[in-house]
Amino acid sequence: MLVSIYRYNPDTDEKPIMQDVEVQLPEDKDLMVLDVLALAKQQDPSVVYRRSCREGVCGSDGMNINGNNGLACITPMSSVVKPGGKLVLRPLPGLPVIRDLVVDMSIFYKQYEKIKPYLINDTAPPAIERLQSPEDRAKLDGLYECILCACCSTNCPSFWWNPDKFIGPAGLLQAYRFLADTRDTADVERLAGLDDPFSVFRCRGIMNCVAVCPKGLNPTRAIGHIRSMLIQQGT
Amino acid sequence: MVTNVTNLGRSGLYDWIVQRFSAVILAAYSLCILASFVMNPDMNFEQWSSIFENNAMRFFSIITLLALCAHAWIGMWTISTDYMTSLQLGSSATFFRIMFQAGCVLLIAVYLLWGIQIFWGN
Amino acid sequence: MTGMRTLSFDAVIVGGGGAGMRAALQLAQSGYNTAVITKVFPTRSHTVSAQGGITCAIASSDPNDDWRWHMYDTVKGSDYIGDQDAIEYMCSEGPQTVFELEHMGLPFSRTESGRIYQRPFGGQSKDFGKGGQAARTCAAADRTGHALLHTLYQGNLKNNTAFLNEWYATDMVKNQDGAIVGVIAICIETGETVFVKSKATVFATGGAGRIYASTTNALINTGDGVGMALRAGFPVQDIEMWQFHPTGIYGAGTLVTEGCRGEGGYLINKDGERFMERYAPNAKDLAGRDVVARSMVLEILEGRGCGENGDHVMLKLDHLGEEVLNSKLPGILELSRTFAHVDPIKDPIPVVPTCHYMMGGIPTNVNGQALTQDEKGNDQVIPGLFAVGEVACVSVHGANRLGGNSLLDLVVFGRAAGKHIEEMLSQGMEQREASATDIEQAQNRLSRLNESKSGESVSELRAELQDIMQNHFGVFRRGDFMQDGIKKLSALRERIANVHLEDKSQTFNTARIEALELENLFEVAEATAIAAEGRNESRGAHARDDFRERDDENWLCHSMYFPDDKRVGKRDVNFSPKTVDTMEPQVRSY
Repeated sequence: MLVSIYRYNPDTDEKPIMQDVEVQLPEDKDLMVLDVLALAKQQDPSVVYRRSCREGVCGSDGMNINGNNGLACITPMSSVVKPGGKLVLRPLPGLPVIRDLVVDMSIFYKQYEKIKPYLINDTAPPAIERLQSPEDRAKLDGLYECILCACCSTNCPSFWWNPDKFIGPAGLLQAYRFLADTRDTADVERLAGLDDPFSVFRCRGIMNCVAVCPKGLNPTRAIGHIRSMLIQQGT
Repeated sequence: MVTNVTNLGRSGLYDWIVQRFSAVILAAYSLCILASFVMNPDMNFEQWSSIFENNAMRFFSIITLLALCAHAWIGMWTISTDYMTSLQLGSSATFFRIMFQAGCVLLIAVYLLWGIQIFWGN
Repeated sequence: MTGMRTLSFDAVIVGGGGAGMRAALQLAQSGYNTAVITKVFPTRSHTVSAQGGITCAIASSDPNDDWRWHMYDTVKGSDYIGDQDAIEYMCSEGPQTVFELEHMGLPFSRTESGRIYQRPFGGQSKDFGKGGQAARTCAAADRTGHALLHTLYQGNLKNNTAFLNEWYATDMVKNQDGAIVGVIAICIETGETVFVKSKATVFATGGAGRIYASTTNALINTGDGVGMALRAGFPVQDIEMWQFHPTGIYGAGTLVTEGCRGEGGYLINKDGERFMERYAPNAKDLAGRDVVARSMVLEILEGRGCGENGDHVMLKLDHLGEEVLNSKLPGILELSRTFAHVDPIKDPIPVVPTCHYMMGGIPTNVNGQALTQDEKGNDQVIPGLFAVGEVACVSVHGANRLGGNSLLDLVVFGRAAGKHIEEMLSQGMEQREASATDIEQAQNRLSRLNESKSGESVSELRAELQDIMQNHFGVFRRGDFMQDGIKKLSALRERIANVHLEDKSQTFNTARIEALELENLFEVAEATAIAAEGRNESRGAHARDDFRERDDENWLCHSMYFPDDKRVGKRDVNFSPKTVDTMEPQVRSY
């Protein structure tokens, strides 16, 4: 099977190329894309990509697989390549490439840090845990599961255009995770930090984020909730 | 909070609300005009201008014109800050963007003044 | 290499998983200049894969719960070679530590009364084994590790910990006094080698499950800390004790939490029989992990395995109903569908015991200080070196870890080490400067690799190593077979020393990192092999066909593997808890 991999090593290459590698796949097994990459790296150890948990929970191996962002470790070959087809791997779009499939994610992390991604509650904690009803806890479902793989933000045109000003779907999902947490007392402060023309309002509801999230989360809905909270606070 | 590129000091929420509110006015006005055409299929110029003799209609038109201007400004400003950034245009981006925005302001001002002149002039 | 850059910190933590970040948080909160060196972005660490929960007597599901009962279970689970002072510390400090995590924002699942949800896990009991099954594992659905790791990272962001993300520590730097004064580390992105100097060096590098061919562990679990310690000449403790988790997904190795059985799931053989009723009549599927794993292998060996080759068993969950599975085990549904092509709502999941956890590691005391032994066999603190989490052997898990105790171990001892370092720093802890030769010595390995001109490839050697470990040092072990494995390993040592690094580029060279990791894997594997062959008894996870009984007379002790002469020594188990009576060894049955 032919695997086309985006190759670029700044030490030696002037510009990136797409390199075709022939990889022998076992016939009886539907490998994950990450397994195929590992086979390619066996042939050519200079192929570079990130990976860790290989089960879709650490978020290391987000990449562009045949045109769609996804996690290589939980994307079966059968779902992306038709028989006789070619596997095409590129780095996540919109971020600077460090080497091959590895992108520089600093700006993505910076947007995450901007939303103060930690619980703020200045009241003294009780001797045991803070109580929270199962209903209130359920408000965090679909939010806290984010693995920061950046598949969503790097699939978002608004993030491509203003990666330094628009928080992006991943960061905003986490912003809402803390706004929705009944234990957090900093709603006013959090909302004030988001009420500029870029941080939240560059979301145009394109929903590319929802289409690619490997964990099935819905950042667009969370952004809608943030907007509603801003309106409520503003009126 | 992004503060280095601002829309004349207004908040994102304010822009967002103005954009939707002005859109509603524009839609209502469009329906109004459309309805007058449907009710008067053979309208001539006298009938057409008599519609605007009515002060209420004049007032509505001016409001719509203002809404159009606000809508256009926010929209054009947003477009310019999406596409005319240093990522796309390099270090001269700010210059081009300001020029483009100045052009938009000028055009919008011309339309506004011209519109007022049409509705309230002789 | 002259002109190497030096970075200086009060404390450096090597490893950005749960233990490392808890230690870092402690130090950053008190304002010390703290850095975390981590070879992956912190939230990619293996803690993220922990599913079921964190076991701790917070008295939510049972208001009368008592940390002493948890301690009893842990001592029994360890097959009596867990240190009782350390277990006492962990179980009694546990509740406070878990509450702190909750206050930091960890999104625990909740009970109707608003408290943290606790589920039953294997080996848990009430009233010192007399009160039946307990439910003591605090859970955030089946994503507790993910929730915990992200919460700790967030806490560190809040407290401005310095992160050296995607930096790889290659070796520790030892000064003329034998004290550890920092590490040599590579910035993976640029390839720059740096001396990271610090007054306290904390190893939190996690496990080494990748020494086995089939493992639940992440690809990054390559035993870097153990490798560095052994290369520096320090001993490791109980390294033969490897936990095989009963429920790794057949063929893929990915973990299916014990929480599945905690919520009421059970294992069946090809006849559909719930076979654990025969092996552990009381606890059944919630017996200790070693017991369940062995029972599964016996079922398979006796011809009652499932599938065409009869080489696995099934985990049945469908009777729990869609609603319970969706709310309590959503991650498991995802994993099963992806990796086993099975929907647990309708069909059972094919599972097989899979290498999961390293109970052994760098011996430490309760403060996380790394230990070695003097000639007379007395404990000696290694100045400047600390170890916490899976890389450490404090030892709370002894010969078999209970489910949910690893997350507790991470945060309790990460915090304890942080507190102790805080105290030492406030008293002006200083180490003598490392000399140029000390630093050069720590760089030898890297220089050799960078100059390699020919040799075998990393991936082939790694596969060979993993096969040897899988075949010769698995769930059941036998002397002659292990000796055979040791021979194969020693033949492999030289080949690995001559591994060829073809790609010598600087920018994000993962081939170089993998070659360095391979050497660490080998060090762990060899230590495991020699220590396993040396322990002539069956205890906990270490089950021998040729020594089927536990031998308390000779082996109620820790094993100590010394790398310089490849000797297996012994170290006393602590039987002196401070506030409760000693828990005497008993026959261990479930």
